[in-house]
Amino acid sequence: MKLLPIEPETQHEASSKPVLRDDPKFASARIAAFQYITVAIFLFLISGFWDLQVRNPEFYNELAERNRIKSLPIIAPRGKILDRDGRVIVDNHLSWSVILSRETLKPEHLRPIADGLHLDYDDLQIQLKRFQSRPKYEPIIIKQELTPADIAFVESHKDPDFFPELELIHAQRRMYPQNGFAAHVIGYTGEISESELDEPEFAKYDTGSVIGKFGLEKQYNDSLMGVDGQREVVVDNRGRERQVLGIKEAIPGKNLQTTLDLDLQAAAELALDGRKGAIVALDPRNGEVLAMANRPTFDPNKFSVRIKSSDWKELVDNPDHPLLNRAIQAQFAPGSTFKPIIAIAGLETGTIDDQYTVHCPGGATFYGHFYKCHEVDGTVSLHKGIVKSCDVYFYNVGNKLGIDQIALFATQAGYGHPSGIDLPGEAAGVVPSSEWKIRNFRQKWYAGETISVSIGQGATTVTPIQMARAIGGLAMGGIWYKPHLLKSAKPEPPHQYPLNPENVAKVVSGMCGVVNEGGTGVRARIPGIEVCGKTGTAQLASNAFLKRGGKAPKDNAWFVGFTPPEHPEIVVAGLWEGGEKSAYTAALVREVLKAWSDKKIRLGQSLVAARPPEPAASQPEETPATERE
Amino acid sequence: MSGYLNLRDIDWGMLVIVLIICALGVVQIFSAAIGTQWQDAWWKQIIWIVVGLVLMWICTAIDYHALMTRVWALYGLSLVLLLAVLVAGKQAFGSTRWIPLAPGFHLQVSEFVKLVIVLLVARFMTELRGDNLETRDLLKIMALIVAPMLLVIKEPDLGTALTYLPILAVGAVLAGLNWRYVVVAAVIVVLVLPVGVHFLQPYQKARLVSFLNPEGDPRGTGYQVIESKIAVGAGGMWGKGVAHGTQTQLRFLPVPHTDFIFAAFAEEHGFVGVVVVLALYFMLLMQIVKNAQTAPDRAGMYICMGVAALLLFHVLVNVGMVVGRMPVTGIPLPLMSAGGSSMLSIFLMLGLVNNVRVRRFVN
Repeated sequence: MKLLPIEPETQHEASSKPVLRDDPKFASARIAAFQYITVAIFLFLISGFWDLQVRNPEFYNELAERNRIKSLPIIAPRGKILDRDGRVIVDNHLSWSVILSRETLKPEHLRPIADGLHLDYDDLQIQLKRFQSRPKYEPIIIKQELTPADIAFVESHKDPDFFPELELIHAQRRMYPQNGFAAHVIGYTGEISESELDEPEFAKYDTGSVIGKFGLEKQYNDSLMGVDGQREVVVDNRGRERQVLGIKEAIPGKNLQTTLDLDLQAAAELALDGRKGAIVALDPRNGEVLAMANRPTFDPNKFSVRIKSSDWKELVDNPDHPLLNRAIQAQFAPGSTFKPIIAIAGLETGTIDDQYTVHCPGGATFYGHFYKCHEVDGTVSLHKGIVKSCDVYFYNVGNKLGIDQIALFATQAGYGHPSGIDLPGEAAGVVPSSEWKIRNFRQKWYAGETISVSIGQGATTVTPIQMARAIGGLAMGGIWYKPHLLKSAKPEPPHQYPLNPENVAKVVSGMCGVVNEGGTGVRARIPGIEVCGKTGTAQLASNAFLKRGGKAPKDNAWFVGFTPPEHPEIVVAGLWEGGEKSAYTAALVREVLKAWSDKKIRLGQSLVAARPPEPAASQPEETPATERE
Repeated sequence: MSGYLNLRDIDWGMLVIVLIICALGVVQIFSAAIGTQWQDAWWKQIIWIVVGLVLMWICTAIDYHALMTRVWALYGLSLVLLLAVLVAGKQAFGSTRWIPLAPGFHLQVSEFVKLVIVLLVARFMTELRGDNLETRDLLKIMALIVAPMLLVIKEPDLGTALTYLPILAVGAVLAGLNWRYVVVAAVIVVLVLPVGVHFLQPYQKARLVSFLNPEGDPRGTGYQVIESKIAVGAGGMWGKGVAHGTQTQLRFLPVPHTDFIFAAFAEEHGFVGVVVVLALYFMLLMQIVKNAQTAPDRAGMYICMGVAALLLFHVLVNVGMVVGRMPVTGIPLPLMSAGGSSMLSIFLMLGLVNNVRVRRFVN
């Protein structure tokens, strides 16, 4: 191809200034300098690649892998909680959760996401802050239990144009019984808190783990929890899945079979409804907890998702303390339910025998103080003392025993220390003794204090579970099993303090009289079976306080009953806070015992040692209310 | 006069190097844009290369002396067009850089202004009386170049505006710039920089800050640098192979077919590939410098060195950015990055170099 010829003239036309100079070699040294600079620049650039690609490519390779490979959690379903017959108490249901990938999160998306999912924007930010120390590729669950509207929102907005940081995942959610049924026993789960994460026992959990926080959920968390699985996927910069690399299936948590009997539990829950108190039913032959009900109660379902702060405040600020598991945590004076312990102590130590009688004129004076009885009982023997719950009789027995003998037997029966039930937070109660007084008050015991303790007042406090265990073990002849809720728990050797069976029979006979001989517990009577028991009314205010014109809070009403009298199979303790009259509690406990016997009849089992109906006993309903303390 | 110029006289060595780089670029654009909205960018790039070759030929054919006589007209036209871009330019990516020329092609005026700057510096320096650049003349040429620079900065496109400076710098040095000025200029830059930062656009400031400390804002502007370094580093010695770079294919690397094409290349071809391509660029530059040395007159020498300076600056800033040794500016890698305007302006400049070359024996 031909090019245009050069026209020399143009050189002259180019400028009016002197001609273009054509000595191109004048700057050869400077051109050489340019070449050296070019070499230097290329070496500089190559050294940059050397640093990244040759010196530590592994480091960047790992970063690249971390970019592209993401692991999404497959949440392991928690184990179910079953009753003793395998009936389901706590189940799981499938629900959807939405997770937020923090790697691709744009801060300005947070508010529309919060609005779209009806989340609180500030709560969401606090949640993000909590995860700041965690690696970015770990997603966080921002909402659980999605409603269909939420799912639709996420589905329609998770593409790159809106909020690619959102992702839906399946989750197994806890489904608890309604109306707070057995809530205190079952407990609830929740996201692990920051303060818990700092404790060594929670070290194995990660931020965001859902763990048992209360009751059985907490106690047996490790076996209930299972192991979360993982899905390894290749994602692009939008977080979209391109390829699944591997799946590690979740290992579901183990089911937990409890010793609870739903029939008995239901009876106990119904009996307590609208009241404040607790009912515990034990099998004294092995310590199995058959029922444990508390009122007021709470709805664990509110905890299964993150609990709303308003709901939490309501629970915590409630003066009735609905979160208190009264069955193991309420510590009150046992009142007259303590008398069988005094009686067995008197008999076992030889302090009294069944010939021993006391005259009750409606009160007695000890150490210069007058202690009244609620009734004039006349001449009182052991049997009558228990049946009529005569205070004067037990003042005398207690006084003869002395505080340390009483403390010995009370401690043997399980008072004053936790029963060891497999639930967190059990209270110990108090068994006063001379040693206890010195240790706690640096004072010696005054014999006069023993008088109040003899009728279950004074410093003595017990929990319902302790009471059921103590009386059940007493009726067993001095064998106290550790209460437990885990059906498969290995039987532990019981605490034994062998009692003379004759003595036990005498006390038990008195307790049968309480229910069946027009005693204070007639309302626990069930035709067809022989229920034994003991009422107790515990004053909450001292007499001195009342004398000063204090307004008395309503008394706590106790009843503890068992059946059959020999070789008992069930013992039930009931506490009605502010129930005033223990006879009323006897009626509540009766409901549980009735459910127990009805079930036995339904199953065709014989009611062991059940006697024919006793015509001798005057119709309990017509008996004038001789409720005793 | 001395007969006709022949096609055989063009710099074949340079052309071969250029075409190898372009071919590697096309392959990389293809690989980086698989499955994206830019997946047909690679054959568009081929069209640009073909068009570029034609333009190069035309540019070679017109005697550069003739161009030199029309520098002032070209300079005026450039200012008018830059103003037009500012007034009516197409809004794209938040900056007004383009004017629509034909359907599917938007002219980026500032790219072509580079050519005019090259010619302007060549003409200006050639007309100087002495072998030393007087202060008065230096200020004059600086003023002439600052005018279009300001218009381009206003677009805003600081990166392209900055590419005009090396043309001026190399021209001035060759024209006998007093070394003391270089020192003074360096001092002024150091002093003015903090004030200048104050006038930068927020995104420009963010880029500068994230260049100094990319990890400080891993999800913002620092993101690009971090992901680019990861891509480069993950490439290792031998690379992951075409279309197998995870950073590139999964789009963690930003704009892997344009500004960050060299990061994508480094991931997929490794250190070995990088050295090969940088060697090609180096050979290209040396070839252009050789043409400057053999130029028939000062004007030809200035033109070739201006083009060399411009290319060197592009390579330094773009490749330096990819390894985190330069701040993020929107400067493409010449001959590799996808994009018509950049491609055509480079081929036009190569045409200028050939223009000088084919006339080397004229005198």
